[in-house]
Amino acid sequence: MTILAFVLWSFAKVVVVTVVLLMGIAYTVLLERKLVGRIQNRWGPSRVGPFGLLQPLVDGIKSFLKEDLIPAAVYRPVYLLAPIIALGCALISIAVIPFGEPDIGPHGFDLFEISNINVGLLVILGITSMGVYGVALAGWSSNNKYSLLGSLRSSAQMISYELALGLSLVGVVLRAGTLNLRAIVEQQATAGFATWNIFGGLQFLGFLIYLAAAFAETNRSPFDLPEAESELTGGYHTEYSSMKFAMFFMAEYGNMINVGCVATLLFLGGWTGPFENLIPPSDNVFFNAALSLFWFVLKVFCFLCLYVWVRGTLPRFRYDQLMNFGWRVLLPLAILNIIGTSLLLAYR
Amino acid sequence: MHLILFFLFAGLCLAGAINLLLQSHPINSALSLIVVMTSLAVLYLLLGAEFLAIAQIIVYAGAVMVLFTFVVMLLNAGREERTLGSHAAARIGFPAVVAILAVLATVILRAQGLGAVHLGEGLTNSHGSSNLVVLSQVLFHELLLPFEVTSVLILVAILGAVALARRDDEERTAEK
Repeated sequence: MTILAFVLWSFAKVVVVTVVLLMGIAYTVLLERKLVGRIQNRWGPSRVGPFGLLQPLVDGIKSFLKEDLIPAAVYRPVYLLAPIIALGCALISIAVIPFGEPDIGPHGFDLFEISNINVGLLVILGITSMGVYGVALAGWSSNNKYSLLGSLRSSAQMISYELALGLSLVGVVLRAGTLNLRAIVEQQATAGFATWNIFGGLQFLGFLIYLAAAFAETNRSPFDLPEAESELTGGYHTEYSSMKFAMFFMAEYGNMINVGCVATLLFLGGWTGPFENLIPPSDNVFFNAALSLFWFVLKVFCFLCLYVWVRGTLPRFRYDQLMNFGWRVLLPLAILNIIGTSLLLAYR
Repeated sequence: MHLILFFLFAGLCLAGAINLLLQSHPINSALSLIVVMTSLAVLYLLLGAEFLAIAQIIVYAGAVMVLFTFVVMLLNAGREERTLGSHAAARIGFPAVVAILAVLATVILRAQGLGAVHLGEGLTNSHGSSNLVVLSQVLFHELLLPFEVTSVLILVAILGAVALARRDDEERTAEK
């Protein structure tokens, strides 16, 4: 393949994946509003388009057209930089996430992953750890006590839970023996859902730790103390309006989708179906591509529904409970999981 | 291609370092340091050390610098005063730096067993050929004892920090 073809194909991939991700973010917001509405026994948005399906479009136009207020006392360079960092970190992770078989595509070109690198998992963790800056800088530069309190809470929470998050994934890495996300999925896919890490891989504990830590890492309920409305009015984005607020909003939902993708890849067998070993493989390329996309999207969708369900059900933690839970429960459990997994692997 | 990337990120790294010294606001300096560390990570990546690059981002840019910015934010440090510095430092400083760098460069270039590395040489895209395996062999097999001793050192540092930060029971009752 020539360099030109490579550049063109890569550019096309980046554009398509980014557009799909942005649409996904917009419709995750709608999904959340609809589902929370049903949980609270009301309909949610239903006026714009059938079932309120055009609501994200209208919301986008609304946030573009609103007046963009910048308070006089903010520290401008950092104030303007913070939403860009937050949204950037949320959108970059998708670059290393594979969502289909590697050998579908012209000239052996990897169509279902923007870039297949051998430390993919670490790249995602690294980008997550950089995401703290968006929140921390936003709160500080706003020159507002609620913003600063929100960002301090958020940074402390994200740093604490990042440890548990990283350690919960070690069990999976130990089993696969690689940090390449593709290889991790292929290693799980030998016998359908029986060999998925969450079942056959005995990483159930790891999955639960990852789930709890990921909820905290994305500042979602029940760990949404950084934006506890009753205490902090709005948290770190109190002073932001219009599109800058929308960027923080999109970053939050983008992170939810990323977390869903990582959970799907590491614990739920990625793009492989649960009974794939029983069904004879098809020769039709398009059918195979559609099938792997279907399973991947279905798994991420279920994960997002779980997010919303938890938000609609559980009350918020208190701050000391949050810290105790992270350091005294999740971290020891994650270390136990690592020791157990390594003993089991050594015994085999 | 690799050369372009190298010059781009080496330039960014230097620009960040110079900006770090010139800025008078501490938060700007801290942000410049983040730029320096991230561009250093890219340089590591270009030399084929992908694990080191990502570890640099996670540990230095993602954890250490967050604490730096935290401290700057919490103390709400204002602008620093500019001083012209002493004349002696201005006169001796630059020649001294040049001399030290020259000595270091000669020692490194003359050292035995250090060959030249081409940019992007160790970067492969196949499964299982990551230098992670080699690195863990060295760390957990050949150099296991020094590695574990280092971890004990860090543990001692943590315990020391806890002991310093912990208030005595008497102090606490006195406050009540």
